[in-house]
Order: sequence, then structure tokens, then C-alpha cells
Amino acid sequence: MALLHQRFENDNVFVVPFDKFLNWARLSSIWQMQFGLACCAIEMMAASASNFDIMRFGVIPRATPRQVDVMFVAGTVTIKMATRIKRLYDQMPEPRYVISMGSCANCGGPYWEHGYHVLKGVDRVIPVDVYVPGCPPRPEALLEGIIKLQEKIRKDSYLRKPAK
Amino acid sequence: MTAQDIHDKLKAAFGDAVQDAKLDAMQPWIRIAPNRTAEICAWLHDQPEMKLDYLMCLSGMDYNNGKLGVVYHLSSIEHKHKIVLKTECPKEDPHVLTVSGVWGTANWHEREAYDMYGIIFDGHPDLRRLLMPDDWDGHPLRKDYKVQEFYHGMKVPY
Repeated sequence: MALLHQRFENDNVFVVPFDKFLNWARLSSIWQMQFGLACCAIEMMAASASNFDIMRFGVIPRATPRQVDVMFVAGTVTIKMATRIKRLYDQMPEPRYVISMGSCANCGGPYWEHGYHVLKGVDRVIPVDVYVPGCPPRPEALLEGIIKLQEKIRKDSYLRKPAK
Repeated sequence: MTAQDIHDKLKAAFGDAVQDAKLDAMQPWIRIAPNRTAEICAWLHDQPEMKLDYLMCLSGMDYNNGKLGVVYHLSSIEHKHKIVLKTECPKEDPHVLTVSGVWGTANWHEREAYDMYGIIFDGHPDLRRLLMPDDWDGHPLRKDYKVQEFYHGMKVPY
């Protein structure tokens, strides 16, 4: 938008593919569900704070699943928590995305062998769009994950009929 | 009061319920009978010269020889002495008397020991699992524990 700012004498009309326009709007305002489970949550909070400023990507933390586009699963998913995550995911409006942050949420992390209480990867209960590796990942890594998700949303053709 | 004094007084009061002891250890301990824990602990708590009014920790144990155990770390805030109590019970039929009436702290500690080792605390007011889901199979910190394959359709092992 900045490129077009105050460049025109009169009102104007743009012709643009609607999917592109829609995707541009969606990827510029990814609302995030606040969801900290373990130490990864600290890095997620750091990403939200002023040094890394996640809001410049349009990511706004919300406290309810009904207002969000993406769920950051930041931390160790215990089996007790997994049933709750599934329920929260089901309450999110479509189109919805999931970023799995850190080794625990990706594959169980250090609990992979003896962690009887840990779900070995959150993708066993909900579909994951972007995996962010690290233990815990630095805030930059999470920002990279958001950029990857934006790339994915940019390629969406949400209004088209699915191919048969 | 030294550990030796505590042991002697306990032995005089309860006789056979006090089994054996190691009093020169860094943390001196006394082994007591699992079906007498409640009265022994109440006595230690109430006696003016003992006054062990602080249960620092209550742990479950699996000795891996067919026995489970409970370990009580006690401390007196007023007299500043400490003592460790131990008790053992067979793994097939693990029953220990609750001490949750003596120290309120013991309530959740015993629930945790029940959750992790399956030790049944007779007389406990609310003996449910503390950490694991209510419908979980088995007690995870037992040495012979094997994790279940599925929990509500979720695969548990890696």
C-alpha cells in the first residue's frame, strides 16, 4: 500500500485477481491463538515483544479460538493436553492453520523414548502446516515460520472448486 | 534432639512397629510398619518434644525386589531436628495407611504416589490420580511399567 500512497489525483479502480486480493488480505492479518505450553512459550512471548515485534506481520494474539486464523503449538504436548488441543482446533473457524513450534510439538523432542505422558508430535491429533525446529527455536525462527505460512497462504486458491 | 533420641523414644512407644534404622546416615532413617504409619506419624506430630510439624516430602519408591515403599521426610520448625521415615509394602497388594489427617500436605503427595506407583493409601479422603488422566492404564514409575499402545485413539509410543 505504501507504494501507492498519495500518488493519485482522483479515486481509482484496480483490477486484480480476487484470490490474490483475498490472500493478500488474509496473509497480512494472521491472528494467532495464545497458546503457550512450555519453554517455547517464552520464545513466543519474546517474538511478540518489541525487539522482534511479531505484529509487523499482522499477527495479533487473541484469547479465544473463535477469532483466530493460526494456532501456534508452542511447547510439550502432553497426552492430557492433546484432547484439549483437538477441541480448540475444532473451534477455530476455517481456513485455519497450525504452526508447530519446537522439537516437542514436532516429534516429542527429548521425551521421545521415556516420555509416557507426551504426545510424540502434535500432528498425531491435528494437521500441521509449518514445523519450526529448535529446542526452543529462537524468535527469528518463529518469524521465519510465519513467513513460510504467508507463502503458503499466498498460493491458496480458496474460492476455486476442489479438483475432482 | 538427635536421631538416636527420636529412635529410642519411638521404639519405647511403639515397639515392634519400629523395624530397623540407620542413624549414622547423612539423613538418618527409621523403618516403620505400613499398617501403623498413621498413629506413629500422629504421635511424632503431637508430642511436645518431637513436634515434627512439617512434612517436607512424601515419596513413592519401587525397590525392584517385589516391594514398593513410601518415604517421609519430616522436620520440626520449632526444634530444628529432622528425621526420615520409611515403610515398605508388597507390590501385589500395596497398602499403606494414610497420613493426610496428620499433615494436609500429604493429601496430594499420596495421590501422586498412588498415580505413579499404585500404592493404595487406606483411609485417604480422595484417592484419585493427580497427574495422569483418570482412565490411564498402569502406574508409570514402576520399574516393570510398559506404556500402553493407544490412548483414546492417539498412539502413545514413538
